[in-house]
Amino acid sequence: MNTCINKIREIASKLLENGEVEKVIGFANGTIPMATSPVVINSKQDVDKLVFNSTCGLNLANYVRNQKGKVAVIAKGCDSRNIVTHIVENQVKRDQIHIIGVPCTGMINKKKIEALFGDDIIEFTEDGDTLNVKSSTREETLNKKEYLRDNCTLCMHRNPVVYDDLAGDLVQEQTLENPYPDVDRIEAMDADAKWQHFQELTQNCIRCYACRNACPLCYCPTCFVDESGPQWVGKGQNKTDVDTFHFLRAFHCAGRCTDCGACVEACPMDINVRDFTRKLNKDSFEMFGWEAGLDITKRPPLDVYSPGDPNAFIK
Amino acid sequence: MMGNLLEHMGIEKDRVHFSWISSAEATKFVDVVKEISDKVRAIGPNTKFVKDYI
Ligand code: SF4
Ligand code: SF4
Repeated sequence: MNTCINKIREIASKLLENGEVEKVIGFANGTIPMATSPVVINSKQDVDKLVFNSTCGLNLANYVRNQKGKVAVIAKGCDSRNIVTHIVENQVKRDQIHIIGVPCTGMINKKKIEALFGDDIIEFTEDGDTLNVKSSTREETLNKKEYLRDNCTLCMHRNPVVYDDLAGDLVQEQTLENPYPDVDRIEAMDADAKWQHFQELTQNCIRCYACRNACPLCYCPTCFVDESGPQWVGKGQNKTDVDTFHFLRAFHCAGRCTDCGACVEACPMDINVRDFTRKLNKDSFEMFGWEAGLDITKRPPLDVYSPGDPNAFIK
Repeated sequence: MMGNLLEHMGIEKDRVHFSWISSAEATKFVDVVKEISDKVRAIGPNTKFVKDYI
């Protein structure tokens, strides 16, 4: 995946030079090792700022809305599905974006790697499936496959579903016998154990809303948690308010979530909020045969009525 | 899907019910309310998603 950066820079440089796009949205190195952050560049001189590696876990589809003129965006498989969702939901027009697709082999779980070291990581490099991580006292060579984020190990759409350019060769998609083992585990619990699981999951939530802000699906001008007239949900740390936030944030993503993992990536408290959305993804698939963002011509299942919709829940 | 998510989060299956009853369907209304009351009574008072106002 690291070789694709040359291709990305080459494409970006050409697009900016020819004036085909005003800006390129990509990733740049972060301020600490083993981190990248989104960057917008608008001149050819800056293309060297662009990087792409296994730490680019945020979702750049989040930044393509409300842009003036045409923009280019670098998109992994999941990002491209969120771009499709944006197009379907009229947040951006297909001809306003130039998609530089990157076939993806997964992003790393930074917390899991950090946990191997007692001190700060000072250097991170990768070569294919080999990660080299250095702290001030130690150096480790790791196999990337063992340190993927949960959502990446369960991903079945690594290749971008739409693109104008490709920055690398398409990769082999994973085939999984059971794509939802995590959901099954929770489903097997009884009601009280489920409740306990989610209580513990969100007990450290500080309501910073980073999960919401990182998610490309959350683009309402005023989010229900910020609304004050009427105030739908209390704004403090009351546990019921925290539960309400998580329940509704997830439900607003029903049939739209691509399991990109940006929400989990952004959470400072290391909360796997995907435990909520994954259930909705599984239900969408089982009830509607639907996976979000695969088809530019189809609206999400909760957006449309069809006589065949499952209705066993209603009396 | 909302009901399923609530159930997934640990709300008992019989706690939340969905129904569509026309204003002309008085008997259906009575039947549904009866059924709901019976089911909810069977699982007892709700302790989840409750906010205390002190
Ligand atoms: S809810 Fe999380 S995993 Fe789903 S689309 Fe939003 S950021 Fe991605
Ligand atoms: S990012 Fe984490 S701590 Fe912040 S609101 Fe979301 S779950 Fe809570």
